[in-house]
Amino acid sequence: MNSINPTITGEASQPEGAAIPVQEEKPAETIIEEGKTVGKPFSGDPKFKLRDVDVFYGDTRAIKKISLDISRNEVIAFIGPSGCGKSTFLRCLNRMNDSIDICRVKGSLQLDDHDIYDPKRDVVELRARVGMVFQKPNPFPKSIYDNVAYGPRIHGLANRKSDLDEIVENSLRKAGLWEEAKDRLDATATGMSGGQQQRLCIARAIAVSPEVILMDEPCSALDPIATAKVEELIAEMSESYTIVIVTHSMQQAARVSHRTAYFHLGHLVEVNETNKVFTSPEHELTESYITGRFG
Amino acid sequence: MQPANLLLLTLVLAVVAYGLGYARSRSLAMPLGGIRHLKSLPFYYGARAALWSGIPALIVLALWAAFQGKVIQLIVIGGLPEGMIPASEGEASLLLSKISNVASGALSPAFAEAPIAEAAERLKALRSQSQFLMSALVIAVAVLAGFLGWLRIRPRLNARAQVESILKWLFFSCAALAILTTVGIIFSVALETFRFFEKVPFSEFFFGSQWSPQTALRADQVAAEGAFGMIPLFTGTLLISAIAMVVAVPVGLLSAIYLSEYANKTVRGVVKPLLEMLAGIPTVVYGFFAALTVAPFISDLAASLGIEASSQSALAAGAVMGIMIIPFVSSLSDDVINAVPQAMRDGSLALGATQSETMKKVIFPAALPGIMGGILLAVSRAIGETMIVVMAAGLAANLTANPLETVTTVTVQIVTLLTGDQEFDSAKTLAAFALGAMLFLATLLLNVIALKIVRKYREQYD
Repeated sequence: MNSINPTITGEASQPEGAAIPVQEEKPAETIIEEGKTVGKPFSGDPKFKLRDVDVFYGDTRAIKKISLDISRNEVIAFIGPSGCGKSTFLRCLNRMNDSIDICRVKGSLQLDDHDIYDPKRDVVELRARVGMVFQKPNPFPKSIYDNVAYGPRIHGLANRKSDLDEIVENSLRKAGLWEEAKDRLDATATGMSGGQQQRLCIARAIAVSPEVILMDEPCSALDPIATAKVEELIAEMSESYTIVIVTHSMQQAARVSHRTAYFHLGHLVEVNETNKVFTSPEHELTESYITGRFG
Repeated sequence: MQPANLLLLTLVLAVVAYGLGYARSRSLAMPLGGIRHLKSLPFYYGARAALWSGIPALIVLALWAAFQGKVIQLIVIGGLPEGMIPASEGEASLLLSKISNVASGALSPAFAEAPIAEAAERLKALRSQSQFLMSALVIAVAVLAGFLGWLRIRPRLNARAQVESILKWLFFSCAALAILTTVGIIFSVALETFRFFEKVPFSEFFFGSQWSPQTALRADQVAAEGAFGMIPLFTGTLLISAIAMVVAVPVGLLSAIYLSEYANKTVRGVVKPLLEMLAGIPTVVYGFFAALTVAPFISDLAASLGIEASSQSALAAGAVMGIMIIPFVSSLSDDVINAVPQAMRDGSLALGATQSETMKKVIFPAALPGIMGGILLAVSRAIGETMIVVMAAGLAANLTANPLETVTTVTVQIVTLLTGDQEFDSAKTLAAFALGAMLFLATLLLNVIALKIVRKYREQYD
């Protein structure tokens, strides 16, 4: 499909916003073909291999036949208007949807060629490999140290106190929080600023040495300075982790990600290299979204 | 007119005032071009007129009804001939009850002395006069004030603000009434407690280990000296409450955890109301369940194990009481556990913690202050419980820590001290007030602690 919407060809000289016409009247459903994603959704030897994924909340179909590969050590951003299913899809990757009674997942989801939704699969082990950072910083009301040490303690990663100290220090360093926190490891985490809390949550996720980190709008509750710090951190972490980030900020997606996936009404519309998506989107819905016509 | 009828009439007058006020505001508004030219909606003008009419009338009615009895008594007593004026308050009340008996016809005037019969006539006359005056005054006030209120309706009048502020005072007075009642109860209990300590020394009450409140009613009566040591009662209370908590806390807490973390919606919807129903069973039903089923079972069981057990035991009463307060613990804990943000659970689960690890390490510590508050509330409930103990634990004030023996509690003793015919100034009766005061202090203390904990809990998530 051409990057220029056929209905407005020839009117390109018109100022933006004035030329909304015909296109808006065409319902999005008719433009999207189910299960078909433009761009490059697949790659060789992926970390996650996701095929024909459907997610239902009761009778509502929230995710419609999505297929996608996520490569090793890449940062992929999920963007799209609210309610498009990007968070739901993200939460399938470490089975965080399990705690919602009415949620059902269909299709094939594989992490390193092993089925994520295999009934025999150990969820604990899966989540230790696939960490998650949430929209709102959610440190436990414990000390900074205990927050970071929580995961290693559960998984028995340290035999001695000194090992645990080392894990905590390394995690905090990787999260860029060590200098700010080293003198008050025993202080309660809820007393930190929002940005610090979010970096603490990242440190907490790193502490169990995951392979993948899922981030569900990690900066939406933060101010611009804290956001910049977290984004910097994501760039550093991409060397050692596979990162999937859901974001509402297209600038953020453009800054941090290698690939960008555009979701719309439960469909995966387009996946491509980030600069390609933002400079020359292939699908008309993607173009409308990134140029700010809706969303 | 009877005060009750008068009350109804006042309300009717207020409703009439409402209607008239409403109508007047509308009729004032129409020439101006509709009710939008009024400062407030017609409803507020009506309500204002009703309040103007009703409130002063009700105040007059209340004051009159409260004081008419006393005033009439004073007039009647004052009107008695020189020789009959009573010397003491006791005599006066005897005389007055005689007069009012004659007046009501319960005592034939033929049996009473002439001045008393005369006084009775006067009492009757005064009563009917008073009632007539009261009716006239109340109606006059209602009509006059209502009329004034109606007259002063102007389109510029801000009736809405006036009604709002009157309502505010109305709500305030309701709140104040509840507080005043509490203060009144405290005062009367405190007063009687002081009188008790005039008869019984502090040290005996607080440190005595003997409780046998039987004292001689008359000087020549053969009776025990009477001992007022509260220690056996408080240890009994503590023993039974402790047993109740041992039953209620684990069961209640674990079922709360099950309901909030593990049960799905359907199970929760069925189990939670069923569990809460336990709190709705009257305590007397628990009482006979404890006395007739649990206590004999325990004593049989103990006998078969070769242990001596009384047929009424602290264990039976405490265990059944524990069952009764399970819903206090479970329901409150369930609320508190649910109040822990889902983000905490997600954070823990996403790190690979299991549900029970999440519960143990994150949710329980976060909810602990609230859970403590619920437990303390259950403790105050257990301390105040009476019926089950009367029926299942007995009345003997034993100073013991053996749950198989019969013990008694503070509340049970208060009941036994005050039931039946009593002299109201004997140490025995007054002891009930002293015990009540102690109990009140103990539960108050617990409630203060519970409130403090709950407040601390609130600060954590706000």
